[in-house]
Amino acid sequence: MTDAAILPAAGTSSRPAALSGPQGPRPRRALSVRNVVIYGTLTVVAVYYLLPLYVMVVTSLKGLPEIRMGNIFSPPVEITFEPWVKAWATACTGLNCDGLSRGFWNSVRITVPSVVFSIVVASVNGYALANWRFRGAELFFTILIVGAFIPYQVMLYPIVIILREIGLYGSLWGLVIVHSIFGMPILTLLFRNYFASVPEELFKAARVDGAGFWQIYFKIMLPMALPIFVVAIILQVTGIWNDFLFGVVYTRPDTYPMTVQLNNIVNSVQGVKEYNVNMAATILTGLVPLIVYFISGKLFVRGIAAGAVKG
Amino acid sequence: MNEGRTTPPRRVLRNLSAKIASIPMILTATVVFAGGTVWTVVHSFTNSRLLPRLNFIGLDQYERLWSTPRWLTSIENLLVYGGLSLVLQLVIGFVLAALLDQKIRFEDAFRTIFLYPFALSFVVTGLVWQWLLNPDFGVQHVVRGLGWESFTFNPLYDQSIVIYGILIAALWQGTGLVMCLMLAGLRGIDEDIWKAARVDGIPMWKTYLFIVIPMMRPVFVTTLVIIASGIVRVYDLVVAQTSGGPGQASEVPAKYVYDYMFAAQNLGQGFAASTMMLLSVAIIVVPWAYLEFGRRRS
Repeated sequence: MTDAAILPAAGTSSRPAALSGPQGPRPRRALSVRNVVIYGTLTVVAVYYLLPLYVMVVTSLKGLPEIRMGNIFSPPVEITFEPWVKAWATACTGLNCDGLSRGFWNSVRITVPSVVFSIVVASVNGYALANWRFRGAELFFTILIVGAFIPYQVMLYPIVIILREIGLYGSLWGLVIVHSIFGMPILTLLFRNYFASVPEELFKAARVDGAGFWQIYFKIMLPMALPIFVVAIILQVTGIWNDFLFGVVYTRPDTYPMTVQLNNIVNSVQGVKEYNVNMAATILTGLVPLIVYFISGKLFVRGIAAGAVKG
Repeated sequence: MNEGRTTPPRRVLRNLSAKIASIPMILTATVVFAGGTVWTVVHSFTNSRLLPRLNFIGLDQYERLWSTPRWLTSIENLLVYGGLSLVLQLVIGFVLAALLDQKIRFEDAFRTIFLYPFALSFVVTGLVWQWLLNPDFGVQHVVRGLGWESFTFNPLYDQSIVIYGILIAALWQGTGLVMCLMLAGLRGIDEDIWKAARVDGIPMWKTYLFIVIPMMRPVFVTTLVIIASGIVRVYDLVVAQTSGGPGQASEVPAKYVYDYMFAAQNLGQGFAASTMMLLSVAIIVVPWAYLEFGRRRS
C-alpha cells in the first residue's frame, strides 16, 4: 500500500537519479535474432521428442485398415478404443490370451514389495553408515559403490545359483531380492549422504537422552528424511517397472513382468501384425512411469541427479 | 570413548544394531558383487556347458569367443554405437542445456518434454522406434508419400545401417538425462564469471568453449562415466527394436551373454563374454576412479 503511494512521487522526481545511468536489464525485443534461434531450435527439438508419443497415441486409436491406407502422422479419421481393450484383455503371448493385464498385475506384485523392501534396507543401511560407523563399514560401502559399475551380466548366473539354493529361483520374491540388491548401491548412497547432512548435534542430543539405534532412526531421522524417501520411491518405481533383463532371467512365463510380456506380444512372429494393438500395449506399459514422471516433476530430476552426482 | 572402559568382548557387541542393520549391505557387497564377479571370472576358464563345472581349459573359451563372427559383430556394433552415442549425447545434451540456460520462458515445459523419454523403458523406446522406422508405414513411407519417391531410410531392414536405427532411439531416450546433468552443472557456474566475460567483450560461444566447459570438467567426467557404463549394458533396446537382426547385424555383447547363458546353454562362453564386458567397464571406470578419488586424497 505504502509503495503504491510513494511510486508516483518517485516517478516525478526520478530525473536526477536517471543521470546515474539506465537501471535494470536491457529491454529485449521479442523477435530478436537471438530469440528466434533459441526458441526455434528448442521448438524443433521438442517436436522431435514429442512425435513418437503422438504417433503412439494416434496409431493406437486407428483401425487396422486405416493404418494400412494412411500415414502414421495423420490423426485418426474414426477413433476406436478396440485396440486398447484388446491389448489389455485378449492379446496373446504364446498360449495365454488374457492380454497385458496379466503382465500389469505381475509388475504391480513385483514393483510394490521391491520398492518397499529395497528402500527399507537401504535407508537403514545409509543411516548406519552415516551415524553409527563401525570398523570395516567404509570398505563394504566402497565395494558396494564399485559394484554398481559391474555389468549385470557378470552377476546374473551367480545370483541364479544363490536363488536356487535358497529356493526362490523363478518366484516373485526372488526377483524382489534381485531388485533390492541392484538398487542398493544408489539408494544407500542417497540415504547416507542425506543422513550425513543432518546436523550432528541433533544425533548427539538424542544419544545423551539415551535413545538407541532404532529409536533415533524412527523418531528423528525417518520424519526428517521424508523428501528423500519420495525421491527414492520415484527412482525405484520407474527403475523396477522398466526393468526387462531381471524379469526375463529370474521369473517364469506366468510371472513375467509387463515389459517382458509386451515384448513377447509385439515381437511374436505368428499371426497378423496388429500395429494398433501393439501401440496401445506399448502406451499401457509406459503409462505408469510416465504418470510418476509428470506428477513428480522436479523431484524426478532430483532423483536422477542424486543418482548421478557421487558423494 | 566411554566403551573403552568395558571388557574386550564388548567390542564385537559395540554398535551391534548398526552391524545387524548392515548385514544386507555386507552380504550384497561381499557375496553378490565381489563373490559373484570372482565366481564368473573363474568359471570363464572352464568348459561349463549346461551346468557350471570347475574343469579348467585355460583360455579356450576366450579364443573361441574372439573367433566367433557374432561376437566380433557385437563388439563392432558396441564401438560404433557407443562412440557415436557418447559424442552425440554429450554435444546435444550440452547444447540443449545451454539453450535452456538463457533465462528463457517455458523452461520447465521444454525440460519436461526433453526428459520424458527417459522415464520410459528401453523396451517401450525400442518398440516405438521400430514402428516409426517401419519401411511400409513409417518415416520412409510418409516422405515418399510427399512426392520424394526414391527416398530410402530403412535402417531396421538394412544390415549396414541397422545400428544407426538403434542409435536414433537411444538418443531420443537418453539425451534428456545428459541435458539435465549439464543444466545442473551450468547452474553451478558463478554468475560473476559471465559478467566478467561480458565486460571483457568475449563472445558467448568463446566463453562457453574456453571458460565454462573447462570449469564443468567434473560434470562432464561424471556424465561420461554414466553414459559409458550404460552403453556397455545396452540390451533391452536391441531385443525390443530388432532382436539382433536383420541376421546378426545388430547384436550386442550383453545379448550374446544372455543368449549363451540361458538359451544356448553354453555357460562357459557366456562367462567369458561377460568377463570381457567387465574388462571393458574396468577400462573406463578405473582411470576415472583413480583420478577422482586418488586426487582427493592428496
